[in-house]
Amino acid sequence: MTDFSVIGKPIAMIDAAGKTTGAGKYTDDLSVPGMLVGRILHSPYPHARIKRIDTSRAEKLEGVVAVAIGKDAPNTYGILPVGHDEHALALDKVRYVGDNVACVAAVDEATADRALELIDVEYEVLPAYFDPEESMKAETDLIHDNKPHNLEKDYHHVFGDPDKGFAEADCVAEARFVAGEVTHAAMEPHSTLASFEIDSQTGKPGRLIVWSSTQVPYYLQHKLSLVLDVPMAQIRVIKPLVGGGFGGKSEVIPLEIIAAIAARKARAPVKITYTREEVFWAHRGRPRTLIDLKTGVKRDGSITAVKARVMQDGGAYCSYGVVTILYSGALLGALYDIPNIQYDGYRVLTNKPACGAMRGHGTVNVRFAFESQLDELAARINLDPAEIRRRNLLKAPCVTVNGLRVQSYGLPECIEKTIERSGWRDRKGKLGKGRGLGIACSHYVSGAANSIIRSDMPHSTVNIKIDRDGGVVVYTGASEIGQGSDTMTAQIAAETLGCSLGRIRIVAADTDLTPIDIGSYSSRVTFMAGNATLRAAVEVKKQIASAAARKMGCTADDLVFRDDLVVRKKLAGESHAATLVSAAVPSEASVSERVEGQILRGSLQQKRKDEGPKDSMSFEEAVVAAIDFHGTLTGTGSYAPPAEARGGKHKGGGVGPSPAYSYSAQVAEVSVDEGTGEVTVHKVWAAHDCGRALNPVSVEGQIIGSVWMGMGQALTEEMVWKDGMLMNPGLLEYRSPSSVESPEVEPIIVESIDPEGPFGAKECSEGSLAATIPAIANAIFDAVGVRMHESPFTPERVLAALRAKKNAKPINLTDGVDPTNPARFREHGGSLWFKGKGPERHALDPSRLAAPLEAGGDD
Amino acid sequence: MKKELIELRVNGRAYELALEPCTLLLDALRLDLQLTGSKRGCDDSSCGSCTVQVDGIPMLSCTMLAASCEGQEITTIEGVCEHGSLAAIQKAYGDWGGAQCGFCTPGFIMTVKHLLRANPDPTDAEIRGALSGNLCRCTGYNQMYQAIKAAIVAEQKGVARASSPAR
Repeated sequence: MTDFSVIGKPIAMIDAAGKTTGAGKYTDDLSVPGMLVGRILHSPYPHARIKRIDTSRAEKLEGVVAVAIGKDAPNTYGILPVGHDEHALALDKVRYVGDNVACVAAVDEATADRALELIDVEYEVLPAYFDPEESMKAETDLIHDNKPHNLEKDYHHVFGDPDKGFAEADCVAEARFVAGEVTHAAMEPHSTLASFEIDSQTGKPGRLIVWSSTQVPYYLQHKLSLVLDVPMAQIRVIKPLVGGGFGGKSEVIPLEIIAAIAARKARAPVKITYTREEVFWAHRGRPRTLIDLKTGVKRDGSITAVKARVMQDGGAYCSYGVVTILYSGALLGALYDIPNIQYDGYRVLTNKPACGAMRGHGTVNVRFAFESQLDELAARINLDPAEIRRRNLLKAPCVTVNGLRVQSYGLPECIEKTIERSGWRDRKGKLGKGRGLGIACSHYVSGAANSIIRSDMPHSTVNIKIDRDGGVVVYTGASEIGQGSDTMTAQIAAETLGCSLGRIRIVAADTDLTPIDIGSYSSRVTFMAGNATLRAAVEVKKQIASAAARKMGCTADDLVFRDDLVVRKKLAGESHAATLVSAAVPSEASVSERVEGQILRGSLQQKRKDEGPKDSMSFEEAVVAAIDFHGTLTGTGSYAPPAEARGGKHKGGGVGPSPAYSYSAQVAEVSVDEGTGEVTVHKVWAAHDCGRALNPVSVEGQIIGSVWMGMGQALTEEMVWKDGMLMNPGLLEYRSPSSVESPEVEPIIVESIDPEGPFGAKECSEGSLAATIPAIANAIFDAVGVRMHESPFTPERVLAALRAKKNAKPINLTDGVDPTNPARFREHGGSLWFKGKGPERHALDPSRLAAPLEAGGDD
Repeated sequence: MKKELIELRVNGRAYELALEPCTLLLDALRLDLQLTGSKRGCDDSSCGSCTVQVDGIPMLSCTMLAASCEGQEITTIEGVCEHGSLAAIQKAYGDWGGAQCGFCTPGFIMTVKHLLRANPDPTDAEIRGALSGNLCRCTGYNQMYQAIKAAIVAEQKGVARASSPAR
């Protein structure tokens, strides 16, 4: 049945008006009486021991209320139970430029900033590691003492028989791919407001209330409890509007805990909002990844084996790293039918900000390598790049060689639709010099089947309460971060209950009010919180149906709930729509003369006496009947992924399995300026299998947004490091594409209707990102015949590849540049440099010549 | 720094504020007037989230002194609603997915309002050009173009509500 009244309709997000009028409140828009402003002192060194911190001068400054340091909250924490390696404020060591050392709570920002300058910290600078391959050779001065060779974690998986697979192959390709480091750069800088309530019994600070820009209020509550040594029940986390996450707010960012520590010490509410530069230092984005990939195919295009050695430059802390490196391997499977896989993954620590989860977590960079190599193999065996992908389709439903269960599989249709819409067959290879088409595919989980906190608790729970007025309140822990979580919840509740969307109110992401939900990440919300909502609504509906059936003298099964009406099925029958229309007329009249509470009840009873059993009831009448009958009208639903979907038993097998996978196929059209190396993306056709599109406008928005973000990573975005210093900590320098650099994206929705998704829905927000980068790389190959092995495909890199192809001498742009007279290049300042606190500069650096004794460091 | 009395006209009302001469317009709006619709997305005029109109011209309030706006008419996102209802562009942004997380939206709407006043029927290239000073990380801009076109149609029809996306 595809006849729905609320879902599948392009409706505006239910919270859109708050966003377009400025009335909606994000964390930094909040204030409470007596609120102080917190500012954080960051480490200027990439690796150093803290020998002494003296905060006395800062504390004496007028307007400073408290200065918090590491020993105010010495407990370690980390987002993963296996990775508790962080202190909110450094205790003995700093591990990256930007690591958190102290926090000042003061009456205003200017005072807090002045106080930061007055904190004296004595560091003993240690040798630092910036390159993962070098870092793995370390014997001494380890970043974490319990991690030999600075190796956070390595995994070695073999599925099938890769050696035999390669022996069977007719054509084998092998290459190293490098994907640059990128970050979320969500428009809203992280912000947290922490406030302690005074306990009426003890008269002392009691419960902690935290408003924070988080994707997972529950994890924040958990980590706050850990670090502050306060029971979780004494902490309330509220998520106001969140201005984008993309994974950057899916883990506990230091400021979220530091604000609470500062509030406790200052005995006053403290709000900390990162500057944009601090957001870049806080990072937790997608790690720079080195991928050594080998793929074998037969002459007919079928893949015989894949071998991947993946190394991620994880930064100074574990963060989500263990999960990231596992995703990189696990999701080699579940897209194509690959019989033999060998995976060696290394997550390496370096003295840079920690990398974490970012849209397409762990899968994106490996997908870039794999899809590029598959394209190369297609060219070598003289097969159409779209065709080679079709020859390796899974035969769903199935379980892949690495234990991933695939049910709905819309990839064949995605490929078909993209090549049809893009005119692939007619246009490929015929666009003239410097212009080309490229195709690539990708997939992603609809939520992880295993939560990072090992337990059997449901991943989502939703409560629904309906009152006599027919208003439906849905309590969900799912976090709206701009992706449309609240709207999805409202749509599913309204569709299931057969009521109008206007009746639904969403109370979300407040740990006091809403049941535990493990948040908005790994694209889990529609599938998991959606299923929980569906189940809660079904439970409530059953109660309404049993009461309504009694009144109407039929069985509950005879009732249809739709368009604010409860109608007997025999009436609904074939002329369903017509009946509804005619039945809706009297109900509209009854709505218009609606009165509250007892009067309504009285008049309804009178009406029933007059009319006897009826063939239809309004939603409100049915609700009143149900409350009269049951005493209350509430329902609860929860969702936990089924055991069959939870993956293999091998070590690390818990990451990768999902109850359902989304699929994407994309064609990109690009042109390459062979003189400058500049790549322009003209259009991307992106087909995405999202199961069922509950809200097509939102789904298209997510597809376009994913493609766009992938294009940013493909062409311009990169975090550039120099000796542990970030060279581009600003939105202009990071080069997030503006409207003039952004192509048209044609989203194509493919609906495979998943058997377990709510109304058949799956993920739609992340899966499309990974295909964009290789689609563009493959289009560049089609346009100018060079294979890009390193992203982003900047003009320098494209030009270098073009010159290498022609055996021309590479251009070294820094040749002959005098660092004492940087006429051509202006090194990015950044406030840390500006304040003279950066690590040691080049011997000929002007700042060093001016103040020869100032430079720090004793290496 | 010693505070001085400054008179600001914001959304048609006059406010007398005691501000340090170095106070940024964005801080005066957000902290002193509690008009938090204008957002701080960066600190260096690179993102456009703080865009307000000063005498009808979109300006970045994060790098502008409040004192420099004395005697000028400042319009923020809070001043865009018409008679308590959404303006056509606000409705269209909601209907067409022009706003996802919504953080950049106020800045975009201030920019688009100016574009449509100066050029009621812009070409695609003109729309792209006008929006290029504002950054969005969610939408990839495509649905904003649809929203802007829907708003133009709605304005031309003289109806307050933009047509809903039909398909």
